[in-house]
Amino acid sequence: MYQMKRPWIWVAMLGRMVLNGIKETGTLALFAIRGFINIFYPPFYWRIFWGSLLDIGYLSLPVVALTALFSGGVIALQSYTGMSQYHVNSAIANIVVLAVTRELGPVLAGLMVAGRVGAAMAAEIGTMQVTNQIDALKTLSTNPIKYLVTPRLLAATFALPFLVLIADILGVLGGFTVSVIKLEFSPEGYIAATLNAVKPIDITIGLVKAAVFGFLIALMGCYHGYRSRGGAQGVGAATTSAVVAASILLLVFDYLLTDIFFAK
Amino acid sequence: MNQPYPKIRIRNLSKSFGSNYVLRNINMDVMKGTSFVIIGGSGSGKSVLLRCILGLMAPDSGTIEIDGKNIFELSYSEQAEKLQEMGMLFQNSALFDSLPIWENVAFSLLNGHRKNQPRANRAQARKRANRVLKLVGLDANNIEDLYPNELSGGMQKRVGLARAIASKPEIIFFDEPTTGLDPIMGAIIDNLIVDCVKKLGSTTIAITHDMASAQRIGDQVAMLYKGELIWQGEADKLMYSDNPYVHQFTHGLYEGPIKMEIKV
Repeated sequence: MYQMKRPWIWVAMLGRMVLNGIKETGTLALFAIRGFINIFYPPFYWRIFWGSLLDIGYLSLPVVALTALFSGGVIALQSYTGMSQYHVNSAIANIVVLAVTRELGPVLAGLMVAGRVGAAMAAEIGTMQVTNQIDALKTLSTNPIKYLVTPRLLAATFALPFLVLIADILGVLGGFTVSVIKLEFSPEGYIAATLNAVKPIDITIGLVKAAVFGFLIALMGCYHGYRSRGGAQGVGAATTSAVVAASILLLVFDYLLTDIFFAK
Repeated sequence: MNQPYPKIRIRNLSKSFGSNYVLRNINMDVMKGTSFVIIGGSGSGKSVLLRCILGLMAPDSGTIEIDGKNIFELSYSEQAEKLQEMGMLFQNSALFDSLPIWENVAFSLLNGHRKNQPRANRAQARKRANRVLKLVGLDANNIEDLYPNELSGGMQKRVGLARAIASKPEIIFFDEPTTGLDPIMGAIIDNLIVDCVKKLGSTTIAITHDMASAQRIGDQVAMLYKGELIWQGEADKLMYSDNPYVHQFTHGLYEGPIKMEIKV
């Protein structure tokens, strides 16, 4: 770095940060486009796709199911303590179903999958990078983006909506169980209130969010893994970055999508 | 011009990282069907040179011609075709640890870019892998379903060699083929390399700092020192060179013109 007078060094550092940020965004965008566009160029690596789909969709089920079940239950409990003083207990079913389908289902399932799958992708691809396996792919005339990234992006985009649908059902079930058993609501009344409150559009938008989240999680996992350098430590750092970046991006996009779809 | 045109022709190749010159004005010719060995100490630029020829890294200036075509002017698909004609044995073997041995060996048949050749089905690919594994002296029937981490280093090297030659490449690269092996296993691998190359009629480039290995596998040898090719000649003249650098290096002498740089 050039020698600079003290007051200006901060300007230089600020400039460097901005430039790095722009560069990083550009690299990421190119990576995402390359990953996505390869869907349309054969060959498509179906084995990797089915493997990832199984890993993301099926093996994440227990984690996502438990998260949704307890979150639905806790919302019922919390809104009951908050609302019993106003005698509007009938609103509990309403709150549970809207909170779960619109927000908690996609966001919590997304965060759990980011921790489980995003980290695993970053670690696997990162290890392949630092042990030259990605170079080996190139020398075997296989495009590493097409082979490693594209099937994972696609699998996560398909798997997340499916997981969220399960999370929606179990979240409502959690709220129902707590309300009926602990708060002694009538089951028929609760179900009627739930069906009355939820609209298909709520669920659909939740699922659209889920697809976007799935894409983001896989993108972050692959991107940070692909860029890891320098052995075990590099892979560890990549894994952390993948999970942190995926979680933050997920919440940012959650806001943006909510703003687009619900705020009128 | 009675001289046949070289298979690989490198002219004025230079590469630097920042202000650090790694390769300076490299000129070399590799004739078809011969074996070219590049020797040099750690950090002399051997690996960078190899990565440039493979197209994994772009040089700052200069040309690399394979069959008379500059590889940096090829289109994306032409480049993929060129890679299809190359094989590489990595220093750490770089086997895909998520795939069984036979899929590693048959990888380019199953997944690689294959122009003018139909993609092999799994049964065919497995048969071919079995044959190639036997060619490198492995008990193919017993190990083809194992995973790379279940094999010893020497066996992994053999599998790496099998993977590199499975698609019958015209050019094969060896990155320190004997490093990390005991002397006997080193000699065995060298013999395998010579054998396989003879059978396939391929052109090979190897980098190594193992003098015995260099003489066993090389027809021509060049020494790289601080990014420059300081000596080229027949392999059997290597040990009798009067170049003081080569003499010091080949005989492993402490005294001489080469000072190891300890400082980073």
